[in-house]
Amino acid sequence: MIYLEQFTYLLASALFIIGLKYLGSAKTARKGNQYAMVAMAIAIIITLVISGVAGPIQIIVGMVVGGLIGGIAAKRVEMTEMPQMVALFNGFGGVASTLVAFSEYLEPTTIPVTLDVNITLILSLFIGTVTLTGSLIAFAKLQGIMPGRPIVLPVHQIINLVLIIGVVAFGAMYIMNPDVPMWPLLIIAAAAIFGITFVIPIGGADMPVVIALLNSYSGLAASATGFVLSNNVLIIAGALVGASGLILTQLMCEAMNRSLFNVLFGAVGTDDSTGEAGAGGGEQKTVTRYTAEDAAMIMDTVQSVIIVPGYGLAVAQAQHVLHEMGELLTARGIDVKYAIHPVAGRMPGHMNVLLAEANVPYDVLYEMDDINDEFQNTDVALIIGANDVVNPSARTKKDSPLYGMPILNVDYARTVMFVKRSMGAGFAGEANPLFFDDKTMMVFGDAKAVVTGLVKSLKEEE
Amino acid sequence: MESLIVSIYVFTLAVFIGFELITKVPPLLHTPLMSGSNAISGITVVGALLAANANNWKLSTILGVLAIAFAMINVIGGFMVTDRMLGMFKKDKKTEKGA
Repeated sequence: MIYLEQFTYLLASALFIIGLKYLGSAKTARKGNQYAMVAMAIAIIITLVISGVAGPIQIIVGMVVGGLIGGIAAKRVEMTEMPQMVALFNGFGGVASTLVAFSEYLEPTTIPVTLDVNITLILSLFIGTVTLTGSLIAFAKLQGIMPGRPIVLPVHQIINLVLIIGVVAFGAMYIMNPDVPMWPLLIIAAAAIFGITFVIPIGGADMPVVIALLNSYSGLAASATGFVLSNNVLIIAGALVGASGLILTQLMCEAMNRSLFNVLFGAVGTDDSTGEAGAGGGEQKTVTRYTAEDAAMIMDTVQSVIIVPGYGLAVAQAQHVLHEMGELLTARGIDVKYAIHPVAGRMPGHMNVLLAEANVPYDVLYEMDDINDEFQNTDVALIIGANDVVNPSARTKKDSPLYGMPILNVDYARTVMFVKRSMGAGFAGEANPLFFDDKTMMVFGDAKAVVTGLVKSLKEEE
Repeated sequence: MESLIVSIYVFTLAVFIGFELITKVPPLLHTPLMSGSNAISGITVVGALLAANANNWKLSTILGVLAIAFAMINVIGGFMVTDRMLGMFKKDKKTEKGA
């Protein structure tokens, strides 16, 4: 019977891999997710059947309670809240691994417990717990329960170092005296504090990197549990998630031109608002202010518009009316495209989901590299609730915190329109020289109010 | 030790497959990829089921049951929200007709 179990786990692992492959294309992504669902169902059912675990009532209760909570959360969550949800779920994955590992410590499956099981058990407890507390902090920051600004303790890095040394020392003590439960508990305690001190110094604007990294950890935690139990489906599924999270982490860092080290230990950023905080710092230059009506009139004469949405758009809940505007422009024969910067939104790919929810078809959403050459042939670049990702200082100003960050080339368009709440600088605190350019129109106001005004004017003209 | 070596083999190869597959996922789908990963990391439920499998209420059993609940939140919640999101991604009707 052990063979049946192993082969079924192999089948599940293969289906996870095929599912992930299908997730790589918009056309097949839904099918890919379903493959992964089937893989999970197979893995769960074979475990229930073969191991005869279908019996005890507590198992059914645990599954139903967890399933219900998950199902309700999935149905209710707003798309703007996806980063928080993913952060929280990363944490749940972590705590599940810690619980399984500690349970395994209390009641080992195979006796005597070998050294390699003990080592992987320490790893599993450590990674799982760090993932849990780190994710809870990330969740609290994203949800606004905690301030998004970096919190740096005195001798912060020394505290982290001491905690890591502590984990290693407790681990060594545990291996020498496996029967003393104090050691694994101390490992958990040190890991819990480390998870907190690891994430609190990271600013709200860097949360996309942190969520991606914790996503990776939650996978590694599952893998570590797989090592403890010598269960290959856990190892494989966990490794896939670990790799996925790591790639996304890397991509986010590249999109900000920062090293992972700088993100984790640089304590950059002030808060997690939409990047409008803080005035531009006594600017003497004047900007030209326009109204939504002025903007609508410009649209009479243009043939192509590229819309650059930022998180300010989502905060103002302006996606739906923006789509309406896009439709109106398209109906006039104007070529409308959306340019999505990799760090637009609060997690990788977030802006795409927000626009998809507003029924913007995905084939008018363009990645930065695919659209950057088109700005020079475009009449209007309309920037809504974004700033740093279109700041030309990133190209030229060597002392700018933005320097080197890849940006959208909106300044090459014939007319640049900014819809912003204020003159404020972005997260990076770097003033945007483009505001003062002759071809720039500044339309101040809440994104939703301005775009609604635009739509109204466009309709009146018809 | 032998099983550890096998585990390391399996893990390493799976990481390579993961890198190979995920690198090809376009940024358009990165959020569903992450919520889908949430669901997949819920695979820990398999370990939790084994840990909770006892006809007693020892601490190890209780921890196992808690782990089942947490992992199932990930499994059900992760897959459902990913499906919900992917259902929102639509191609432009006009280009569809034209194609």
